[in-house]
Amino acid sequence: MTVKQISVFLENKSGRLAAVARLLASRGVNIRALSIADTSDFGILRLIVDRPEEAYRALKEEGFTVSLTDVLAVAVPDRPGGLAPALEALSEANLNIEYLYAFVARHADQALVLLKVNDRERAVKVLEEAGFKVPSPDEIYSL
Amino acid sequence: MWNPKAECLSREELEELKLERLKSTVRHAYENVPFYRRKFQEAGIKPEDIRSLEDIRHLPFTTKEDLRENYPFGLFAVPLKEIVRIHASSGTTGKPTVVGYTREDIEVWSEVMARTLGMANASSEDVVQIAYGYGLFTGGLGVHYGAEKIGCTVIPTSGGNTKRQIMLMRDFGTTILCCTPSYACYLAEVMAELGVSPRELKLRAGLFGAEPWSEGMRREIESNLGIEALDIYGLSEIIGPGVAAECLCKEGLHIWEDHFLPEVIDPATGEPLPPGEEGELVFTTLTKRGFPVIRYRTRDISFLLPEPCACGRTHIRMGRVKGRTDDMLIIRGVNVFPSQIEEVLLSLGYTEPHYLLVVDRERRLDVLEVWVEVSEDIFRDEVRGLEELEEKIRREIEAVLGIAVKVRLVEPKTIQRSEGKAKRIVDRRDLK
Ligand SMILES: [Zn+2]
Repeated sequence: MTVKQISVFLENKSGRLAAVARLLASRGVNIRALSIADTSDFGILRLIVDRPEEAYRALKEEGFTVSLTDVLAVAVPDRPGGLAPALEALSEANLNIEYLYAFVARHADQALVLLKVNDRERAVKVLEEAGFKVPSPDEIYSL
Repeated sequence: MWNPKAECLSREELEELKLERLKSTVRHAYENVPFYRRKFQEAGIKPEDIRSLEDIRHLPFTTKEDLRENYPFGLFAVPLKEIVRIHASSGTTGKPTVVGYTREDIEVWSEVMARTLGMANASSEDVVQIAYGYGLFTGGLGVHYGAEKIGCTVIPTSGGNTKRQIMLMRDFGTTILCCTPSYACYLAEVMAELGVSPRELKLRAGLFGAEPWSEGMRREIESNLGIEALDIYGLSEIIGPGVAAECLCKEGLHIWEDHFLPEVIDPATGEPLPPGEEGELVFTTLTKRGFPVIRYRTRDISFLLPEPCACGRTHIRMGRVKGRTDDMLIIRGVNVFPSQIEEVLLSLGYTEPHYLLVVDRERRLDVLEVWVEVSEDIFRDEVRGLEELEEKIRREIEAVLGIAVKVRLVEPKTIQRSEGKAKRIVDRRDLK
């Protein structure tokens, strides 16, 4: 149930994000979701793409500092209060969320939340027991 | 002039004195420092082979590495009980360069520093504020003893605390300021911000050294502080501040030749260069007992000006130091070597660290920024993790260098790669 996320180190200067987007476009890689965590000097770009291994290699070849990180996706109802029970379930199980970001899938009433947690396997169990769907990586890549 | 007799000796008398003292120093070093004896033997030289001043070229050079390898007291020529003071400066690794002084040496140092202050006509009427660092660094105490020898009123403020420096300058009636030239610029700037006019002060002269500076900076300091600004030169390996200083003619720095014998060599071949030609400054101490140094390669680039000076002093002059033969940086008077940064990064798990030292002058103070490329071996997927890394690198570097730095994480390939020696320094300090 592990989704491969691509993390890229970027300096905070104009054109860097565009350079990544352009590179992935040239390789026909489709971005499904992205988020940026940043400070005044640098940022970490996190991407979910349809072909993570290929995107990873392409970025590396271009000289970016990049890593593949295992994250977890969970589907929550796309309505007020949809997310809270999932987070509560994780919290009650003493699972630590290092970061998360969400995206809304097309043609669905579900929002997808991507999570980096300290214990992925247990988190999957907890979420499924709480009644949430944890999509497989392929489902995520091919959205 | 502090010591007109010594400072205006005829050239013949000086040459004679120099030769006599050179012979004595060479013998002293040979007899009391195994390192020199071994080096002389390897070069096939005996003290009695030194018959003229030209014979100095047969003596081997001494380098910073030699000092480091003999850490801490290997180059001392007298037992420790005769050493009354130890100073040290940062070296290329964590180990500092250690120098020692006998009571006589401190007397020599005070004398040359008194002459140096005498360049600004210092007398017992003067109030001298010493804003060089006190401690292991030779700047503060070196100037201090010279000023006391003259009988000046000394204010040992050491570095930092700029507002207090200005307050004391005003309240105590400081007439002569001693600090790094960049700190003098900064003081002037803060004074302007505080609305303190130079006219409220009695300041009339400043002796500035421990880092390279320029005519442009001199003009700025002189007009902003309303003083005569003079360049002084020295390094702890030779004695500290007071090896050479500018007179009011401001056309080169008189080297106190009765105590220090200067040469300029081609840094590539080691061959002596004729006067006027630019090369690496080399010094031999002529009177030091505790820590005599034979042909010390300073790595400073300058040239010698043998023509007589209008001030009447007969001692040869050297041009302003233009730069360095190695990649050492001088930041706020502290020596910084790229290799020190490299070692820190290696110790933190970098296999092949790419880094760059960027030096700027912000608000007249030197600022060192260390750019470190984020390679995959240290990349972390969390901002907090990277910030912790940045902080860790900063702390480690500060512990090694003893000065504050900024660390900036940059993308790979940001730092220019070169075929030969990597470019590790970008010095943006404008010395024009
Ligand atoms: Zn002169």
